[in-house]
Amino acid sequence: MSSQPMTAIAVSGLVKSFGRTRALDGLDLAVNTGEVHGFLGPNGSGKTTTIRILLGLLRADAGEARLLGGDPWREPTELHKRLAYVPGDVTLWPNLTGGEVIDMLGRMRGGLNRPRRNELLERFDLDPRKKGRAYSKGNKQKVGLVAALASDVELLILDEPTSGLDPLMEEVFQQCIQEERRRGRTVLLSSHILAEVEALCDRVTIIRLGRAVETGTLTQMRHLTRTSIAADLAGEPNGLSTLSGVHDLHVEGTRVRFEVDTDRLDAVLRQLTSVGVRSLVSQPPTLEELFLRHYQDDLGPSQAQAAVSS
Amino acid sequence: MTGLTGTGSLVRLALRRDRVMLSVWILIFVVMAAGSASATVGLYDTAESRAQAAASINNTPSLVALYGLIYDESSAGALSMIKLGAFGGALVAVLAILLVIRHTRAEEEAGRLELVGSAVVGRHAPLAAALVVTVAANVLLGLLTALGLIGSGLSASGSFAFGLAWASIGVAFAAVAAVAAQITSGARAAIGMAMAFLGAVYVLRAIGDTAGDRGAGWLRWLSPIGWGQQVRPYQGNRWWVLLLPATFFVVLGATAHVLLARRDHGAGLLPDRPGPATAGRSLGGALGLAWRLQRGLLVGWLVAFVLLGLVFGNIATNVGSFMESPGARELIQKLGGVQGLTDAFMSTELGMMGVILSVYGIQVVLRLRSEESELRAEPVLATGVGRTSWAWSHTVIALLGTTAIIVAAGLAAGLSYAAQTGHSNDFGRVFVAAAVRLPAVWVLTGIAVAAFGFAPRAAAAGWVALVAFLLLGEFGPLFELPQSVMNVSPYAHVPRLPGAAFTATPLLWLAALAAALTAAGLVGFRRRDVAIT
Ligand SMILES: Nc1ncnc2c1ncn2[C@@H]1O[C@H](COP(=O)(O)OP(=O)(O)OP(=O)(O)O)[C@@H](O)[C@H]1O
Ligand SMILES: [Mg+2]
Repeated sequence: MSSQPMTAIAVSGLVKSFGRTRALDGLDLAVNTGEVHGFLGPNGSGKTTTIRILLGLLRADAGEARLLGGDPWREPTELHKRLAYVPGDVTLWPNLTGGEVIDMLGRMRGGLNRPRRNELLERFDLDPRKKGRAYSKGNKQKVGLVAALASDVELLILDEPTSGLDPLMEEVFQQCIQEERRRGRTVLLSSHILAEVEALCDRVTIIRLGRAVETGTLTQMRHLTRTSIAADLAGEPNGLSTLSGVHDLHVEGTRVRFEVDTDRLDAVLRQLTSVGVRSLVSQPPTLEELFLRHYQDDLGPSQAQAAVSS
Repeated sequence: MTGLTGTGSLVRLALRRDRVMLSVWILIFVVMAAGSASATVGLYDTAESRAQAAASINNTPSLVALYGLIYDESSAGALSMIKLGAFGGALVAVLAILLVIRHTRAEEEAGRLELVGSAVVGRHAPLAAALVVTVAANVLLGLLTALGLIGSGLSASGSFAFGLAWASIGVAFAAVAAVAAQITSGARAAIGMAMAFLGAVYVLRAIGDTAGDRGAGWLRWLSPIGWGQQVRPYQGNRWWVLLLPATFFVVLGATAHVLLARRDHGAGLLPDRPGPATAGRSLGGALGLAWRLQRGLLVGWLVAFVLLGLVFGNIATNVGSFMESPGARELIQKLGGVQGLTDAFMSTELGMMGVILSVYGIQVVLRLRSEESELRAEPVLATGVGRTSWAWSHTVIALLGTTAIIVAAGLAAGLSYAAQTGHSNDFGRVFVAAAVRLPAVWVLTGIAVAAFGFAPRAAAAGWVALVAFLLLGEFGPLFELPQSVMNVSPYAHVPRLPGAAFTATPLLWLAALAAALTAAGLVGFRRRDVAIT
């Protein structure tokens, strides 16, 4: 890992259509070396498609994708030896045991860390002697995870890796990713589990309809959302409704309830204290609200339609 | 029984998925039967000549073991269909087995029945639907075969008896497969189990038939293949025998449903034995994986072809004695005496083996497509394994596997032929005659690779090509198609050894064509998307 570029993944203006479906529509994505990067978006927004382009399995129609400093379509095999991939739906060969699959994929990648493999089997409580068809959904997923985590690679590409894992195993997974981060590995993690994203990710990118709609740290993104405020004031509220960034204002005598864009909080609080505050409850946005807003609201249905057909 | 809810919609789903494949299969059987009938009817035009041929078959134990007995030596239908009654019946059984497993255990293994098994569809519906579809397909196959035979000039009642005898074999093996699907937890293991049963009952009827009415003759009554023959089409048509496979189907079908109710979804009655916790040395690259996935199939084909080679080599020398009619004698003269006749027989049988072997080559290549569409290729292609070496791994097994099979079959045929004639140079003649089939087989393999590389959604083009070439070869001469049309088929360019002169040029051309198709397919795959759908 000597001469690593600063960005492990650099995607710009990526376009991919399947027939008339435009799965990616000018996607930008940058993942810095050494970070755990969350990759979020509603179903069908293009996460898996992006990952498959990054793996050189699909060819982009337009735009550029760079991975570990190389072109994943032109030189896939060299790049693949430096990364490990877990699909959201691990399918195994019915006649091969989990242990065989783990070893085989490891060797195909150019080697696997045997003590670490055994340790991971222990931690994930996985029996490597079962045949592929005999594993449950969650256990299949664990086979994929162990195969990926047991290799000494620079980059992990995980596409909803924990679908089907029970809460205990979800915990083990999170510990493992934290350890990977400490080892300096880069992780691209596509996920619908917000708690997982909150616990693990340094930065996140949210995509919708094949386009990145937001990227940054969670703290930065919180600033882009609304905080709800309920306050009892010393007198009649004045001028609150004219302040920019205030939404859904309800006034009942001296009581007010409203939502405020988090980056306007300061100005609004000043306004309140100028009247005098007797009590105040402020609720920061939950992660769910944060994402739901991005998943749903910045494009109206008609605009969304236009974006698809354009 | 609420467990059957949704059977109707599953039947429709299966028919939609399989309509092309089933039609092609049924067509092949009808053509095979009608072709065989019209060829034989013309050749033996007097009762005397037929009796002669029938007697010599009945007096040759290896032929009786392979095909069975002729009970009415004057019957044109019995003589025409002797080769297809049991042997073709076994192929019908293979179709039934594959069809049932495909819609039961294979679906369950792929996890698709879990979706189906949830709310709207009852627990017993998938098995019931698979049986309905398979029985319907076999009855249709039987009726169309009967019509084809009538069209070739055989008697109507005998033709229906023959068609229904075939159908009854398919129906019986549908039930066998239904039970096997409950016992094992893997589709391949279930297919293997049902095929082993098929092999065993084929041998039972072979022993029964060769024993005649003495001693072990009753063994044929233990075999669904034997029942099909005991209907005795064109020789009295004993319709009541059809009750045996019907009863067998009801009993085994019900047993399968009882077993289904007792086992867990996704599991078999036989527990899965644990396997190795670590991978062996060989399992470390694309080729190691492909070999692991393909070796069982190769062994099965090797065994089958060695047996076929032994039998063909053994019976070829007897062919002359079937042909005592004036018409046949004329034919023998044309072919250059008894030696020419034996050679022509051997050449025809080896040609047929070449066509059948192409099935193996295409089958192996199409594993690439199923690995791709069932998402097992993706994790492999996301490692250091390159696209070309992955696609090549299965392709090379197809190329070398077909080579190994034809070499083994050629050795077996050569040895058993030379053992009959006592001339050691016959061994080499027959072996070379087998080996020359290979380049044409590779062309079919190459077509499958090219289709996979360029049009993955039409990867089945290999099958279409095979059927088209087969039909060209069977019917081209009949319809007097111009040679230039018949030359489209690679099989048309294979020198008709033994007997004809050996010419290397067409073989080199075929090999070059195969290489070009294969290379094009590999390049095509490197340039296209890895496609799920
Ligand atoms: N092979 C394909 N053929 C046709 N359309 C496809 C194909 N693969 C993806 N799509 C379409 O592209 C769009 C993006 O799909 P993608 O799988 O990338 O979404 P995703 O973000 O991974 O969704 P999810 O969260 O459900 O996994 C969808 O509209 C999907 O239907
Ligand atoms: Mg996805």
